[in-house]
Amino acid sequence: MAVTIIFLAVVGSVIAWWLSRQRLTSKPWLEEGAGEPPAGPGSGGPIPAAKLGLWVFLAVVGSLFALFISAYSMRMHMGDWRPLSLPDLLWVNTGLLIFSSFALHRAVLAARREDGGNLEAALLAGTVSAAGFLIGQILAWRQMAAGGVFLASSPAASFFYLITAVHGLHLAGGLVALTRAGIRVARGGGTERTRLSVELCAVYWHFLLLVWVVLFALLLLTRGGTH
Amino acid sequence: MVDIARGPTDLVPPAEVEDAELYHPKSWITKYVFSQDAKVIAIQYSLTAMAIGLVALVLSWLMRLQLGFPGYFSFISPESYYQFITMHGMIMVIYLLTALFLGGFGNYLIPLMIGARDMVFPYVNMLSYWVYLLAVLVLVASFFAPGGPTGAGWTLYPPQAILSGTPGSGWGIVLMLSSLILFIIGFTMGGLNYVVTVLQGRTRGMTLMRMPLTIWGIFTATVMALLAFPALFVGAVMLLFDRLLGTSFFMPAIVEMGQFLERDGGSPILFQHLFWFFGHPEVYIVALPAFGIVSDLISTHARRNIFGYRMMVWAIVAIGALSFIVWAHHMYVSGMNPYFGFFFATTTLIIAVPTAIKVYNWILTLWRGDIHLTVPMLFALGFVVTFVNGGLTGLFLGNAVVDVPLSDTMFVVAHFHMVMGVAPILVILGAIYHWYPKITGRMLNDALGKFHFWVTFLGAYAIFFPMHYLGLMGVPRRYFELGETISLQESHSLNAFITVVALLVGFAQMVFLFNLGWSLFRGREAGSNPWRATTLEWQTPDTPPRHGNWGKELPVVYRWAYDYSVPGAEQDFLPQNQPSPVRSG
Amino acid sequence: MYIALILVLIAAGSVLFHFLSPWWWTPIASNWRYIDDTIVVTFWITGIVFTAVVLFMAYCIFRYRHRPGRQAVYEPESKRLEWWLTIVTAVGVVAMLAPGLVVWNQFVTVPDDAAEFEVVGQQWQWTFRLPGEDGRLGASDIRNVTFENPLGLNPDDPNGRDDIVVIADDLHLPVGRPVKVLLRSVDVLHDFYVPEFRAKMDMIPGTVTYFWFTPTRTGRFEILCFELCGSGHPYMRGGVVVEPESDFQAWLGQQRTFAELSLPNDGEIVGAAD
Repeated sequence: MAVTIIFLAVVGSVIAWWLSRQRLTSKPWLEEGAGEPPAGPGSGGPIPAAKLGLWVFLAVVGSLFALFISAYSMRMHMGDWRPLSLPDLLWVNTGLLIFSSFALHRAVLAARREDGGNLEAALLAGTVSAAGFLIGQILAWRQMAAGGVFLASSPAASFFYLITAVHGLHLAGGLVALTRAGIRVARGGGTERTRLSVELCAVYWHFLLLVWVVLFALLLLTRGGTH
Repeated sequence: MVDIARGPTDLVPPAEVEDAELYHPKSWITKYVFSQDAKVIAIQYSLTAMAIGLVALVLSWLMRLQLGFPGYFSFISPESYYQFITMHGMIMVIYLLTALFLGGFGNYLIPLMIGARDMVFPYVNMLSYWVYLLAVLVLVASFFAPGGPTGAGWTLYPPQAILSGTPGSGWGIVLMLSSLILFIIGFTMGGLNYVVTVLQGRTRGMTLMRMPLTIWGIFTATVMALLAFPALFVGAVMLLFDRLLGTSFFMPAIVEMGQFLERDGGSPILFQHLFWFFGHPEVYIVALPAFGIVSDLISTHARRNIFGYRMMVWAIVAIGALSFIVWAHHMYVSGMNPYFGFFFATTTLIIAVPTAIKVYNWILTLWRGDIHLTVPMLFALGFVVTFVNGGLTGLFLGNAVVDVPLSDTMFVVAHFHMVMGVAPILVILGAIYHWYPKITGRMLNDALGKFHFWVTFLGAYAIFFPMHYLGLMGVPRRYFELGETISLQESHSLNAFITVVALLVGFAQMVFLFNLGWSLFRGREAGSNPWRATTLEWQTPDTPPRHGNWGKELPVVYRWAYDYSVPGAEQDFLPQNQPSPVRSG
Repeated sequence: MYIALILVLIAAGSVLFHFLSPWWWTPIASNWRYIDDTIVVTFWITGIVFTAVVLFMAYCIFRYRHRPGRQAVYEPESKRLEWWLTIVTAVGVVAMLAPGLVVWNQFVTVPDDAAEFEVVGQQWQWTFRLPGEDGRLGASDIRNVTFENPLGLNPDDPNGRDDIVVIADDLHLPVGRPVKVLLRSVDVLHDFYVPEFRAKMDMIPGTVTYFWFTPTRTGRFEILCFELCGSGHPYMRGGVVVEPESDFQAWLGQQRTFAELSLPNDGEIVGAAD
């Protein structure tokens, strides 16, 4: 559970840092008055609620993957563990996901400049390459299966299929949101909301890229020879 | 952070609101069924949780009948007995307590108590309830599935949970795991709302240190639940794979009923780690909202500020953080590395310190108070007694070596029922008596309420206090019958006594249900603030509050939540949104 | 008002129940008296705290109940009182934890001279194995499990040939000698527990777990399974007979070895063929 504990320690220190700015040692019974008015109704701070909600959600997803990694590393030490050989296609997929993340980064920049043309192009590139990643993952599964490695073949294979599936599902969910943002852009929706939804997608994308890089590194470090 | 002027200040202009950005329901269906109003969602959550809780109550009667009078009830077989205990446990912990505290009280109280119009993501909030309902329906479906619900015990330990020697290892366990996965998805949707609403939805002047402890408890519990439920999610998904797809995450090489299974090398202990990594924080996910609510009940009805508010807040946060590093105290005799015991016994007993501080402060709030023995107050007092009792027996079980003889005995059953069954339920009941007037506009009947309290409190104590001694004798939990074991013969009379009391306590809950329905139409009109409480939910312009809670203007908060019996004030309470500086000293 | 009186009665009743009721642990038959002592220490500390808290609550409710004109005292906190209570609590916790950890250390430290024997759980019966004359237990693997070889012993391991296998009968142990119990399971989780011995441990398929104790009293004691193992869980019983060394040796001489068990009439070891 070490990985999970470390992850939660990071989340915990963010919470602790935030709490340390909340004057938890003040004596509220000595203070009267309303204080400064908040920035606006329903959105107390400078961060939009949707963005904060996304970050909280990322903490949940992070906890999920940390636990998968913990389970992986505990199961790895049981006697029957046989390392898995990975299809090279995963490198291509990783490249696609990096490109997708980069495209969304460009989209955010374009949205901030209110550069509609580049925004559409970047969103399209991001969507297509992310879809390409998902297709590539399915192809990688098929390669594994063609090589006789199925879900229940070995514990390493079970983890491979399970973890990539969970990651893929999260990306597929993001793809729905990204497509909706793209449609809004294509229809020329309000710039403020568009910018926010593009930013949210980009944050989610970078996070899922980070998760994938960690997972891929874990798989690479624990893989066996080629088959 | 918001800087607050010290000393009396003048009235600030009302927090302006142009037109509240709310989705106003247009039809009966969008108002009461697919509603996005947190208050309606709260009631939906609560009614669903109470309905499924009644199933759990009936199951507990059936298992008590078998334990008290073994052999008399031919329709209870070992298989059905194990199905009863499993479903009872899972329903109570997840589908009743977690859902009611966070989905029910969280939804109702968070926006009202912090001065918000609604949750920040009302649509997601609505989805949260419907996914929860689906989870409950899938759970209920397992009663009607071939082979019945799972009888693996609520801990669902593999390999047993998915092997044929356990009832419901076909459909039952699959439906149970699917239902849990759905529950977690639904909860996450709600939980995001509760957290972000507390962070962003607070009205002007509502700093964190002015929040009522109810909100602190629910908020901290939600953060913990968001981080801990993924562990159950991971365990459930992997167990489902093991059951349906032939993987070996948890399944070692096994000879099942003479048949060698095609599994290898999996680790049952891994599941236990995942389960308890969720399971222990879960205890506090239920306890922290109860701590928070009971603090507010005691303070309001004792007309005294909660004693040591800052310590109470720090203790909630400390308990929440510590509860993530104690999980393996459920596993002292599980066969894990025995040297872990030193660490986990130490962390577990350290938690006793902040918890004890909370107990002291509840009692010190009573001390030199002006105690009104209303029905909510009675339940709060009952909570303190049962919680202290159950918390102290936790010091037995948390201490590794003492746990060795006591683990898996009735002592454990008595302990966790007292501390996370009876105690939180007394809070829930007290909270319902307390907030029912705000929810419905009418008071619950007082005489019925007192009857309900006395039977429930004394009965529950009479059930679970002696049960510890059964465990001390060595009576195991999860035994369909004790048989002829000589050393356990004396337990039969006590078991029969416990069963009789349990049936009585169960029936007393029907009085409560009757009261809920009867008072809806015949209860005394409550007015907007019958308990003369300071917190914001009692200061709404309408009772029950309408969609949007506050009419045109959001309240502005001028003081903390516990200005009761302030010297020199005209009344013995100052609402949080009252600006006038009437304090003389 | 009544509630103050009833709280006093609850505190008094709980204490009386503790001391007067007939429900108490079975007389101990092992060396783990320290565990019992730790429980007694914990009972004293927690009992005093419980009684004090409930009685003080009752006092507060009686003394500060609402009467016309009464006003509560406005006092947000008292740092000194709270710190003082915290320190007292911490001292109480240490008083329970410290002996607990000392005894836990004994529990997890198996003495070198402990004799080993094995308990194997399966749905829903106990099987035992004691080392033969060589004093060593032979290797086992669950893949070797057959009807004739329920423990899955390796027929090729010479150490296992003389192992004594006790099926569907009581286990016998000599009094006064420390034993290390090796625990295995062939199917699901079980837990080997004799209430008189006070010590238990789960049995996990795929792993060997252990604990140790010294039987200190002769007699027959019942084994109960203490980890839910399916619908036959409450019927998974067995017996341990603790007896003087000479009786134990006599019993041991009557038992059959693994080799004898797996040598039916034709003289070939079953299971070795495949």
